[in-house]
Amino acid sequence: MSRAASPGASLWGSRRDFFHVTGWAAFLAAFSATLTASLRFFYPNVVFERPTIFRAGFAQDYAPNSVSLRWLKDQRVWIVRNEEGLFALHAKCTHLGCTPQWRESENKFKCPCHGSGFYPNGVNFEGPAPRPLERLKISLGPDGQILIDKGRAFRQERGEWRDPESILKA
Amino acid sequence: MAIETILKKIKSTAVWQSVFRHDWADTSRNRSLAIAGNVFLHLHPVRVRPHAVRMTYSWGLGGISFFLFLVLTFTGALLMFYYVPDTGRAYEDIQDLRYVVPFGRLLRNAHRWAAHLMVITVWLHMLRVFMHGAYRPPRQFNWVVGAVLLVLTLLLSFTGYLLPWDQLAFWAITVGTNMATSTPLLGAEGPFSVVTYDNDLRFALLGARAVGSNALIRFYVWHCIGLPLAASVLMAVHFWRVRKDGFSGPPNSD
Repeated sequence: MSRAASPGASLWGSRRDFFHVTGWAAFLAAFSATLTASLRFFYPNVVFERPTIFRAGFAQDYAPNSVSLRWLKDQRVWIVRNEEGLFALHAKCTHLGCTPQWRESENKFKCPCHGSGFYPNGVNFEGPAPRPLERLKISLGPDGQILIDKGRAFRQERGEWRDPESILKA
Repeated sequence: MAIETILKKIKSTAVWQSVFRHDWADTSRNRSLAIAGNVFLHLHPVRVRPHAVRMTYSWGLGGISFFLFLVLTFTGALLMFYYVPDTGRAYEDIQDLRYVVPFGRLLRNAHRWAAHLMVITVWLHMLRVFMHGAYRPPRQFNWVVGAVLLVLTLLLSFTGYLLPWDQLAFWAITVGTNMATSTPLLGAEGPFSVVTYDNDLRFALLGARAVGSNALIRFYVWHCIGLPLAASVLMAVHFWRVRKDGFSGPPNSD
């Protein structure tokens, strides 16, 4: 920009230009900071939810080749015992999140929302569910009680059912 | 004292003159002033094309939608006196409104009916505008504003649906917000996901990992304050645009 040299003029422009730029920069900075803070505000640091680990009794409480509804209402978990071993299934349909029903006579889990069907081991075989039910981290506590941690899920389609933390072997 | 004399006296007072700027006798002047001097009525365009005067031109659908919005605001505000967005009492508060509060049943039902009707009328209004080609230049921006208003209307319905805190509400919102986990980038299960279940879009919507007390209060604030404010601002722009551009004409006119 070729301008006649004037008092206050420099490589950066006049004093007026400097304040023009600085003013807008300050506004932009304040606005960006406010926007960032407002967006971050929507993600709470603390949620008042229950602890994810719960005690589920002893292995002998669960009959061989059975699906237990004991913890369904309180924890949304089925305890399944079969020839694979003992494991916990999260009772949340992998389609859109409804709670499926265990149908003893048909030997399958059936979701009432859109008809997804799962085998007792959790694998999906009918309906819109795209993947098997999730297994939850299962272990034995120091007193021999079964401990289930709902904070850690294992997905069959990612090969995670091979992880020893997802099942108590017979 | 004759009626005319009393009326004349009242009309000559300073109070009356301040409130009413024109008389009601059927003259052209009074008719013009009635429209021009009224904040609500003068929102209509100054000039209207002859073909647009027919009611069947627009069926008044935009106006009906706005009227329903006002009904919802009024009934909604009244409902707020008896409803608390706390999971411990929200359901019971709705029962209260239905069976105990005087005219509570009417109020709650009016609110719900107006909500469903408003969704229907905004779609019909959109259809009418489309059929008339009233989105063509110079009205493209107003069409876009209208599309955003449509989204806001649907969001108002969605957020309001949770508030009765019954089975229908809980599961509908569970299913609806689960879809947010599939958002690209910002959803925990979406393509190119950069977040986990603890900080994805669904978490921000619900304020927790599942629908619960945080979700209820958040949806209440969106429903009563956030979304109506946004809708009001956009409606002001939308109406102002119609006033400035006028009603559209037959094809190849304007």
